[in-house]
Amino acid sequence: MLELLWLIPILPLAGAAVNGLLGRRFPKALVTAVGVGAPLLSLLVALGCLWEFAKGSFPGDAYNLVLYAWTAGDLSIPVAFLLDHLSAVMLFIVTFVGFLIHVYSAGYMAHEERYSRYFAYLNLFMSAMLLLVLGNNYLVMFVGWEGVGLCSYLLIGFYYDQRFPPYAGKKAFIVNRIGDFAFLVGMFALFANFGTLNYADLFSRISEQPGLVTGPTVMGLPLASFVALCFFVGAMGKSAQIPLYVWLPDAMAGPTPVSALIHAATMVTAGVYMVVRSNVIYQLAPGVSQFVAVIGAATAIFAATIAIAQTDIKKVLAYSTVSQLGYMFLAAGLGAYSAALFHVLTHAFFKALLFLASGSVIHAMGGEQDMTKMGGLKKKLPSTFWTYLIGTIAIAGIPPLAGFFSKDEILHAAAGNGQWVLWAVGLITAGLTAFYMFRSVFLSFFGSFRGTHEQEHHLHESPPSMTIPLWILAAGSVVAGWIGLPKVIAETNQFHRWLEPVLFHPAGREAIEHEMGTGMEWALILIAVAVAVAGILLARSMYGGDSGLANGRTWAERFPVLHRVLVNKYYVDEIYDALIVKPLAGLSRFFWKGVDTFIIDGTIHAGAYATELTGEFGRLSTTGNVRTYALYFFLGVILLGCWIAFG
Amino acid sequence: MSSVPISWYLMLAALLFAIGTVGALTRRNGISIFLSIELMLNAANLTLVAFSRQMGDRTGQLIVFFVMAVAAAEAAVGLALFIAVFRARRTIDINRLNLMRG
Amino acid sequence: METFIFLIFAALAVASSLVVVMHRSPVYATMSLVVTLFSVAVLFVLLGAPFLGTLQILIYAGAIVVLFLFVIMLLNLQKEGEAAGRRRGQLWVALPGALIFIGMVGLVFWRAGAPDLQPLTEDLVSLKGLATALFTDYLLPFEIVGLLLLVAVIGATVAARKAPDAADDSGVLPREDFVTEETARKEARP
Repeated sequence: MLELLWLIPILPLAGAAVNGLLGRRFPKALVTAVGVGAPLLSLLVALGCLWEFAKGSFPGDAYNLVLYAWTAGDLSIPVAFLLDHLSAVMLFIVTFVGFLIHVYSAGYMAHEERYSRYFAYLNLFMSAMLLLVLGNNYLVMFVGWEGVGLCSYLLIGFYYDQRFPPYAGKKAFIVNRIGDFAFLVGMFALFANFGTLNYADLFSRISEQPGLVTGPTVMGLPLASFVALCFFVGAMGKSAQIPLYVWLPDAMAGPTPVSALIHAATMVTAGVYMVVRSNVIYQLAPGVSQFVAVIGAATAIFAATIAIAQTDIKKVLAYSTVSQLGYMFLAAGLGAYSAALFHVLTHAFFKALLFLASGSVIHAMGGEQDMTKMGGLKKKLPSTFWTYLIGTIAIAGIPPLAGFFSKDEILHAAAGNGQWVLWAVGLITAGLTAFYMFRSVFLSFFGSFRGTHEQEHHLHESPPSMTIPLWILAAGSVVAGWIGLPKVIAETNQFHRWLEPVLFHPAGREAIEHEMGTGMEWALILIAVAVAVAGILLARSMYGGDSGLANGRTWAERFPVLHRVLVNKYYVDEIYDALIVKPLAGLSRFFWKGVDTFIIDGTIHAGAYATELTGEFGRLSTTGNVRTYALYFFLGVILLGCWIAFG
Repeated sequence: MSSVPISWYLMLAALLFAIGTVGALTRRNGISIFLSIELMLNAANLTLVAFSRQMGDRTGQLIVFFVMAVAAAEAAVGLALFIAVFRARRTIDINRLNLMRG
Repeated sequence: METFIFLIFAALAVASSLVVVMHRSPVYATMSLVVTLFSVAVLFVLLGAPFLGTLQILIYAGAIVVLFLFVIMLLNLQKEGEAAGRRRGQLWVALPGALIFIGMVGLVFWRAGAPDLQPLTEDLVSLKGLATALFTDYLLPFEIVGLLLLVAVIGATVAARKAPDAADDSGVLPREDFVTEETARKEARP
């Protein structure tokens, strides 16, 4: 089965091709069969490969499958796949959650006219994402990286007949591009120094001889720091960290399953994957790693503060995603790579669940996304309610659900490294997370219905194609955490052990894990849980029961300025617009009107005009008057005569 | 035996040619232009014969022979064209025959 | 003696050519052309080409000019009106003419020097010599010219033919309402 590894990204690609080229002529059932069948087949092949991988029926730690070696002069990049402990985790997440979301989409997008196009794009995304995680070198990863960026653009702008979605799609693509550029520069630096982009080659060489990356400098920075920084900027773009997070909330313009798949479970975690994959480099660049952790923590708390004031349920979840991604980078920056990846795993489950459940709510509300118009949906949408609630409890970090364990790992890493400021930030963010998530629960599902009459009539639970994935993801949100039990409960952290082979410990550097007393550990756990519970209770007191919005409104009245700042997301978009977008647009306009139209086109026009003028002049000689022609004739004869006589 | 220098003949031919040219360029009537052209041809013939006499070579006379034949053909065809044009445009005032204008 | 003949007929030629070029009536111009042709024929004889002189009279004066007259009569051409700008444009007319003349004459003298040798042989003059050359060395051009005349005849016939669509006459003679300068002026004035 392992030799069929290459099928995993190819099957969705084939599905995309079929649906993209022929789908419009297919009956919907066939489109669904192809569109959901391809990821299903991918999942089955993936499970088979994972099973074989776990059994370890191959030499070494990892399975390499080389498809084709692409050479251009000195440069030789093989198109090859790598299944190792790290990519196995990502592979599982992408195929499993991806498949569930495809099933959900069949139900959610059932009334959509451009059904086949949607599935083509979604399959294409799966293909690109799988390429990203399965590649065995940075270039294949980059191809997948760009591919998911493209699909993100296509899917965000799916409702292209409205004004906003194409704009949001463009914004996502352009902001991502900034990160991609940095990623490329990092790759160039690595390649220039090592002549290869292959993980195995690079990492083994670096970990044996750290001097290879700490010695040479690029632009004043040691190579390791330079590359780590460049890669992180790439991750900032793809994984929505400060300052390149602005595209993600606007990406909610896309269909909700897209938000679930791309902007919660998979694409945005590509940045984390990339950092974890490159852990050797980050360990040799402590300054950059610290920077990563700080940015992660700052993003986490920043986004959480915005989320508490949002009224659109998808926006709440979007900022929540940004915030949780911040946690992942906080962990990665602290060197707790397995904790970061653990959070990727748990987050994939409960965030996808939350998005899909919110999609169910939106579907029931006939497209309404404003929570202030919801309320009391608990009775009408029971499956949706319970699964959403499970997801919320998970993200709030309440044990024994998944979120608790991964979040605890991260906080533990912060405390263990003595980074109490970062720990405190993480803790406060956890409280805020619990608060705003339960706020959304209370506003949407409790109290009395605040919508219109037609909406109330339209309320109905979603079809099984949508609710079954919800329940499966809910189950995942409950149990996924149990593979990473903290030290105080289990002797060893299973997840951490699994990931060991990909974590390098470069010569000369020690493992980052610090020992901590049992009592300390329990104390930290209890504090975290207490903070989460406090958040929940605060939410309940403000929004719970029948008070609904009323309490929320009074708080807004008490701090009007703060409220406005939060609702308007700190005006970051406006600031970017004024500082960056408008000057660039002005510059572009100058180049367009001034240089291109006036100078370049003008030159061409002038040339054409000169030809025209010449023609007009020439035309004057065609008078149609025979006498004039005779004169010309005669002049010609004279010239000829002169030439003969004198020449 | 002749006491008239050849150059006199040549000058005469030049003069006739000049007159013919002016006529061809100036006149408005198509027939008149043709007449002027015949004049020019004659001047050329005269030159040829004069040189033939001066060089003692018969070739010049032969050329004149051919020129006359061609001139006859040309006159015939040209006049036929004039007739055709006249039928179409009711005029051979060349100022008015400007369909090729522009 | 020869000089005398030359001068008379040269003057005659120039005078009649001026009439050809300047006279308003086409018929008069054509008649004047005959005089010119005749004078030139005499000059040909003087230059030792009697046969050419004969040909000149036969072909030019006898055939071509007749053709001209015929067409003039056919088209019933009236006198040409005042050539536009005749009075004031006369200088413009004379000037290029004078320049041409001076140029050509000057060319003659400058390049050829003063040609003074005039050897004259009887062989040059005889018709026999001319005919012999025509049928031996210059046979091909001779035949071609014959072909050319045939083509000209055919072409002229076709060109002058009226398109067969009119219901009125056989199409040879044009209608009476043709346009000349005078009738055009009358038309312009309502």
